[in-house]
Amino acid sequence: MEFYRSQVLCCTGTGCTSSGSNAIVRAFEYEIEQAGIDKEIKVVPTGCFGLCETGPVVIIYPEGSFYSRIKVEDVPRIVSEHLVKGRIVRDLLYSESLDEKENILSLNEVEFYKKQKRVALRNCGVIDPENIDEYIAFDGYKALAKVLTEMTPEAVVECVKQSGLRGRGGGGFPTGLKWSLAQKPVSDIKYVCCNADEGDPGAFMDRSVLEGDPHCVLEAMMIAGYAIGAQQGYIYVRAEYPIAVKRLRIAIGQAKEMGLLGDDIFGTGFNFDIDIRLGSGAFVCGEETALLASIEGERGEPRPRPPFPAVKGLFGKPTLLNNVETYANICQIILNGAEWFAGMGTEKSKGTKVFALGGKINNTGLVEIPMGTTLREVIYDIGGGIPDNKGFKAAQTGGPSGGCIPVEHLDIPIDYDNLISIGSMMGSGGMIVMDEDNCMVDIAKFFLDFTVDESCGKCPPCRIGTRRMYEMLEKITEGRGEPGDLEKLEQLGKNIKASALCGLGQTAPNPVLSTIRYFRDEYEAHINEKRCPAGVCKALLSYSIDPEKCIGCSLCSRVCPAGAISGEIKKTFAIDQSKCIKCGACMEKCKFKAISVG
Amino acid sequence: MKSIQELEAIRKKTLESINLRKDTEGTRIVVGMATCGIAAGARPVLTAFMDEAAKRNLQHVVVAQTGCIGVCRLEPIVEVYQPGKEKVTYVKVTPDMVGKIVTEHIVNGNPVTGYTIGYYEAHSK
Ligand SMILES: Cc1cc2nc3c(=O)[nH]c(=O)nc-3n(C[C@H](O)[C@H](O)[C@H](O)COP(=O)(O)O)c2cc1C
Repeated sequence: MEFYRSQVLCCTGTGCTSSGSNAIVRAFEYEIEQAGIDKEIKVVPTGCFGLCETGPVVIIYPEGSFYSRIKVEDVPRIVSEHLVKGRIVRDLLYSESLDEKENILSLNEVEFYKKQKRVALRNCGVIDPENIDEYIAFDGYKALAKVLTEMTPEAVVECVKQSGLRGRGGGGFPTGLKWSLAQKPVSDIKYVCCNADEGDPGAFMDRSVLEGDPHCVLEAMMIAGYAIGAQQGYIYVRAEYPIAVKRLRIAIGQAKEMGLLGDDIFGTGFNFDIDIRLGSGAFVCGEETALLASIEGERGEPRPRPPFPAVKGLFGKPTLLNNVETYANICQIILNGAEWFAGMGTEKSKGTKVFALGGKINNTGLVEIPMGTTLREVIYDIGGGIPDNKGFKAAQTGGPSGGCIPVEHLDIPIDYDNLISIGSMMGSGGMIVMDEDNCMVDIAKFFLDFTVDESCGKCPPCRIGTRRMYEMLEKITEGRGEPGDLEKLEQLGKNIKASALCGLGQTAPNPVLSTIRYFRDEYEAHINEKRCPAGVCKALLSYSIDPEKCIGCSLCSRVCPAGAISGEIKKTFAIDQSKCIKCGACMEKCKFKAISVG
Repeated sequence: MKSIQELEAIRKKTLESINLRKDTEGTRIVVGMATCGIAAGARPVLTAFMDEAAKRNLQHVVVAQTGCIGVCRLEPIVEVYQPGKEKVTYVKVTPDMVGKIVTEHIVNGNPVTGYTIGYYEAHSK
């Protein structure tokens, strides 16, 4: 047996990898060898810890010391001080892991983790995702063993039903019900598919699960296969997730080698195999019928439902499709029981949900919270609030299908139904926080730009309708808005929602409709007063020099790239609005705060 | 994989090598490894504890190091923490004392009185 006195866990998720964690891993290995303690200390690359903002992050056990923003130059010091001499390097610790008295807190006491409940992410940042033994050590494949030897397929479906789990891919469809629909049809061939296309801008929880705990998805798909009577699984994962794809491949290879995938698993006669299919970045391919068409090698376009995939799916056979995070909950439900899972969350939304926090928030990263946690808790307690003490304006959830949640709903418990009732939706769990400097019309335009781009073009309401909406927003942000535009936008939005073929078009108007609902005055300021209150829409901005404050130093005129500022030294300067390109360079340079924008 | 027993065997074996990531309830053997400890020969003591733990397949045992405990003249110092019990402090520990500490204290639960700080202070005068 190998016995280590200390283990150095380095996050190698995509976030930390891009901030250089691979070099950190190598530096630790090198320094530890140089110090002659490589037999005592193990370096373990793991999945995402969630605090991506402060990456690369490293945790050293048994102390549980949480180091953040580690640079290669810091590694020798950590090795010689912490690992050789047992002295924790305090100045490199994650700052919030020290309390006022400078006591070191354990990870679970840090605000960022305190209110979290990690179910889907429980192994992320804890195990080495490329080592199946570590997964097994943390009860991996135990749920599969239990299902195959102790439960009937009906009992499995019943357990998932009782848990109250709902689809985490966006729609929130009850998972148990979906499994029973796929179980019913009699067919010699059925398929289990996993949706790892994760197209919502800003969402990356599925990627983190695949990178940090790939086996939990494989195991859940096998359980689903047993439950519905399928022997083949497909994971549809976007090619833009190379680390996830690589770790999935390794995981599948290791599971096959151990006989956990393949024929006669655990000697029970159950056979199951899993293959990977790569998507190439079309958002619409996340929609279930388009995804199945893409796996078949067809063009990724949605088709009308019914027939639903549970009846007629991949290659015309009954097919079960679930999202990565949905699967990531399954093994825990089997092992701990449906009541355990149903004991978390709200009446109609059970369990936990992972959110990708982004935008104007201090702790950008991944958080997993019990359903029913309030938005205020997520943003202020876990997320650490908004940078520079700016005011909260809104949170956008549900990506291009969702909407904005304004200040007045900060205390609403987050669950599927509450979010829909206030005009947003859970979506896949992207949460973008906006402060007073964000223009809501501009945000709506951003999301619509995305849908216009991603519309597959099959149905006219989406292909033409979203473009017309986009053009209207463009007009408004450029100062050409007219009275009546808002009503037109609302009418068109409603029509698109009612008539588009698939979820993409049916939800595309949401970002516009919800911002009009809560920030109508901001739209009206753009249209009626030709003014952008947040100071974002360039065409509506004008820079001016306050003659009271200007001392005539000429710095602004020298920095202006358009030659729009003129004046005499020691007298007041002025901006020629017809030449100004609104780059803001003058305002940045002025030492006397004499230039303002409005 | 042909049987659940096989799975269980892998689980047990791997858990031993990673339990320090989740185990806070087990025994902690803490070796003072500041400059004073290292100078007095703490490193071979530390590795002896690790070898012993590995050899005996000890579960729920963490061998860790700490900084200066404060009584530098008695280094190498080793402290054993077990849940629900007073910690036991061993002083002037040498590698050949390690086997006895592990067998009698860690495995059988009887601290080796003769090696403890109290005994040393009472008898060294
Ligand atoms: C345009 C569009 C994009 C979608 N993208 C995704 C996606 O990236 N990932 C995902 O899991 N579900 C996505 N969905 C939802 C899927 O169609 C499907 O409902 C989901 O994968 C079912 O799994 P679940 O019940 O476990 O949530 C998308 C739907 C639409 C309409």
